[in-house]
Amino acid sequence: MSSFSDDPDQFRSEVATFIAEKCPQKLKVMPANERSICWGGKRFKFSCDEQRIWMENAASVGLTAPRWPVEYGGAGLNRTQEKVFREEMAKARAPSPLESFGLWMLGPALLAFGTHEQKLKYLPDITNGRVRWCQGYSEPGAGSDLASVQTRADDKGDHWVVNGSKIWTSYANHADWIFALVRTDRDAPKHKGISFMLIDMEADGVSTKPIKLISGASPFCETFFDDVVVPKTDEQGNSRIVGELNRGWDVAKHLLTHEREMIGGGGSGGAAGILGGRSLGAFIGSLDETIMQDAVIRSETMELEIDTLAMGMTLERYKDMAKQGGVGHASAMLKYSGTELNKRRYEILMSITGSEGVEWDGEHGTLAPEWLRTKANSIEGGTSEVMLDILSKRVLELPSS
Amino acid sequence: MVASLVPTEDEVMLRDAARGFLQESSPVSAFRANRDAGRAYDPGLWKEMAQMGWTGVLLPEGAGGSEMGHRAAGILSEEMGEVLAASPFISTAVMAATALKGAANDRLAGIADGSAIYALAVDEGSKHAPERTGLRAEKSGNAFKLTGRKVFVADGTSASRVLVLARTGGTVGEAQGLTLFDIDADRARLTRTAKRTVDERDHAQLDFDGVEATGDDVVGEVDGGIAAIATALNAGRAALSAELLGVSAGAFGMTTAYLKERKQFGRIIGTFQALQHRAAHLFAEIEITASAIANAGRMMDEDPENADLATSIAKARATKTAKLAVSEGVQMHGGIGMTDEFDMGFFMKRARVGAEWLGDYGYHANRVAKARGF
Repeated sequence: MSSFSDDPDQFRSEVATFIAEKCPQKLKVMPANERSICWGGKRFKFSCDEQRIWMENAASVGLTAPRWPVEYGGAGLNRTQEKVFREEMAKARAPSPLESFGLWMLGPALLAFGTHEQKLKYLPDITNGRVRWCQGYSEPGAGSDLASVQTRADDKGDHWVVNGSKIWTSYANHADWIFALVRTDRDAPKHKGISFMLIDMEADGVSTKPIKLISGASPFCETFFDDVVVPKTDEQGNSRIVGELNRGWDVAKHLLTHEREMIGGGGSGGAAGILGGRSLGAFIGSLDETIMQDAVIRSETMELEIDTLAMGMTLERYKDMAKQGGVGHASAMLKYSGTELNKRRYEILMSITGSEGVEWDGEHGTLAPEWLRTKANSIEGGTSEVMLDILSKRVLELPSS
Repeated sequence: MVASLVPTEDEVMLRDAARGFLQESSPVSAFRANRDAGRAYDPGLWKEMAQMGWTGVLLPEGAGGSEMGHRAAGILSEEMGEVLAASPFISTAVMAATALKGAANDRLAGIADGSAIYALAVDEGSKHAPERTGLRAEKSGNAFKLTGRKVFVADGTSASRVLVLARTGGTVGEAQGLTLFDIDADRARLTRTAKRTVDERDHAQLDFDGVEATGDDVVGEVDGGIAAIATALNAGRAALSAELLGVSAGAFGMTTAYLKERKQFGRIIGTFQALQHRAAHLFAEIEITASAIANAGRMMDEDPENADLATSIAKARATKTAKLAVSEGVQMHGGIGMTDEFDMGFFMKRARVGAEWLGDYGYHANRVAKARGF
């Protein structure tokens, strides 16, 4: 049973009251940036006590995972209620109580492909912020060709032995567990011998090495598996494989679509850090007024604003289409256009802020590292070129050579 | 309750019916035949549109309309754009119907039954600018005398009535002091000169040499012309954007079909990644523009007084997307795309005229900037 009323008006007032009472005021006025995100996990250092309190308060009623079923630690909200919740959160300027790859990726995979027991075991630890997951997909040298997985899990009777390495594993050095694509059948065709495996990062033979990026930050790691023993089942008899053995590609594909929609989503709401809920116009208004008198800057900014608003409408339209039966491969459009738009937005923000914008820690906070970070948008989760391939082959049905 | 941007069942049915009818009665070959015959539109087709209720799409039932709304009008416009069906639909059934919304039913009945064709005479220079109206309406007693010139009047030669924006006060460039008149197109001292435009549709220059009008001809209030016409212009922009989306889709459909059949160097050209990625990019642009157009129709239906931003986003996006679609259409077709014998040029020429009518990209980008606080 959800903790909230089914009546729409009452629901809105209940969540509004909950946010007002349970989200500490300090968090509502804290600037949103990389440092203000609550990731949870065994080793997570909360930026302040209020951050922990808000996460625990939200988790206690399932609001860290609003749509997930109550029995798995969610709030059991429907789509409309979730929208109301997000609206009230925005109104109160309350930050998200918890973000994680568990919430974004593993949870949806388990909900779609896991057994009831697997869900009971893993999902509540995610919603409570107790366990932090990372995603082990890409491998060195493989680039966008995700299905060319070389990391292997050899069958040793009651356990697997995993060897190989992953790259671009986000925050692997902070994660407690990893969900990874591993090759469990080396004789099967490329897409058929892959399994979706859950591995404890504390297991012997797992190590990580952060990769320093052009933004100065190290959100990604290399992750190494050196004779890592993974039991086939845990003490409760749960398989460490999600979905069927050798059918991990199905799970991965499902998640990739999900990931593309999510990354594309940044197209309308991105730059939250620097804009802080303000419109681009309001941000510009806070700067030297002569900046917008420059014809080129003005023209580029107007064009960006039009495309941003139209992208927001497109996300809304595609969400409704998804509700009514799905958008299929056309979701690659959201990923492509959303990320390219976000890169453009940051280029313009850098141009508008001029010499102040290029300071690492100047008046505009983390703008420079954010700008550099956007360059990965059109690479991670499938490059723009891969998205265009998908659109041309699967949506436009142009022939392969 | 805010409507979804996904079409309703009724709207899907309307689209299917419109598509079926237009493919049958008005394929692009019909436009070519009209062009070759020097005919800007086909009156027979217009009559059929009226019989199907298209002309009454925005009118109340009392006036013989179906009051389906602006989204429905957009769907019809888009379908017409896709096959380049030429008609006075936007001038008459969308803009005049909106401007005359409060008028008596018998005045609207002429629009609904297709007997009245309206033209909107607003612009006087090469760029859309209603407030730059200089055509004078001088008052004498209860009457007015209209003197001046209007250009780029769509459907101006075929119109039976003209909605003309005239200056009754203030100075050129001011939004105040304008008055909208609804007059007979055959009124004395009004000369209409056809201007051949690249899209081969009806555009005219209207010269008013002391044309007489009375207080009964005034739509809305004297000196309140901008208020009287603003919503009608936005309605026209929403519908024209939808037409341009249809033009984009029509050109794009021809192009993707060609990519799948044309061989060069022993290969189907659609296998070349250089072309695949450009086609996929164009698909993305068309999809995003389609959202802006659905949103403009929704705003016109739900909150027409506050639709400047929505209609300007739609018109700006539609203008840019259509330009890309027709340019890529010609380029990807190669030499044949340049020939008159082939249809792609028709799409390119309509996209250019549509880009200018009711405000170009810059006009609407400036309105967006204003609405968004910069």
